[in-house]
Amino acid sequence: MDNLIIRHVSRMIIPFIQLYGIFIILHGHISPGGGFPGGAILGASLILYTLSFGVRKGHEKVPHSVSKKVESGAILAYLLIGMVGIWTGHAFLTNQASGFFMGDVGQIISGGFIPLITIALGLKVGSTMITLFHAMIGEEQES
Amino acid sequence: MKNFMVMLALGILLAIMISSFMDMPTMGDPDNPSYNEVARHYLEQSLEETYAPNTVTVIISDYRAMDTLGEATVLFASIVAVLTILSGKKVNVPSKEKDWSGKGGDFHG
Repeated sequence: MDNLIIRHVSRMIIPFIQLYGIFIILHGHISPGGGFPGGAILGASLILYTLSFGVRKGHEKVPHSVSKKVESGAILAYLLIGMVGIWTGHAFLTNQASGFFMGDVGQIISGGFIPLITIALGLKVGSTMITLFHAMIGEEQES
Repeated sequence: MKNFMVMLALGILLAIMISSFMDMPTMGDPDNPSYNEVARHYLEQSLEETYAPNTVTVIISDYRAMDTLGEATVLFASIVAVLTILSGKKVNVPSKEKDWSGKGGDFHG
């Protein structure tokens, strides 16, 4: 798919899509949104990059090794955040009682581990989408 | 005769389903058993307990964080399965005298 118009338009709008995805992930505990939709938007922007610039440049932008590590690291981060509750003597995934920074209502850095879990989920969903897409489109090109 | 028995069984099943559907509470009725003290507790206490105004995110990532961990595990299992099927290495089957014992042949590329 080598089209000049598609390449230029997607080069212009991909930064805004990614900014919107990061906004939704970071504001998951304040405004509507959260880890799953924000990660889906991030993954969709990377899929748009691969569709408009070709599979080779898409693999160069997000290599398979990096997306695999991000995805495994995100779920490990989720588990470690939950382990903090056990370490401080409470149940698994305890928020306020296990000493997370609560802050003020409405700030981005507030709400204990909720922003951390939202960021981990967003990275997980986005890297899952782009890894699956690259695996499938690579398989189609080989045959 | 076989068709008649199948239709009869399906008809009895349909009657049971319709009769139990008629006993369901009205949708949106505030006296429904699903609007119990759990939902009220989430709506009233979530701001004091988590300092986050978005109650939906509070439920899915604080009160029901174990459930969300299960969803992330489902994503992980799905991507492991798809990558195992799609990007497996080429199988080099030896051309002469296939070795079915599983010891000699190099089946993993």
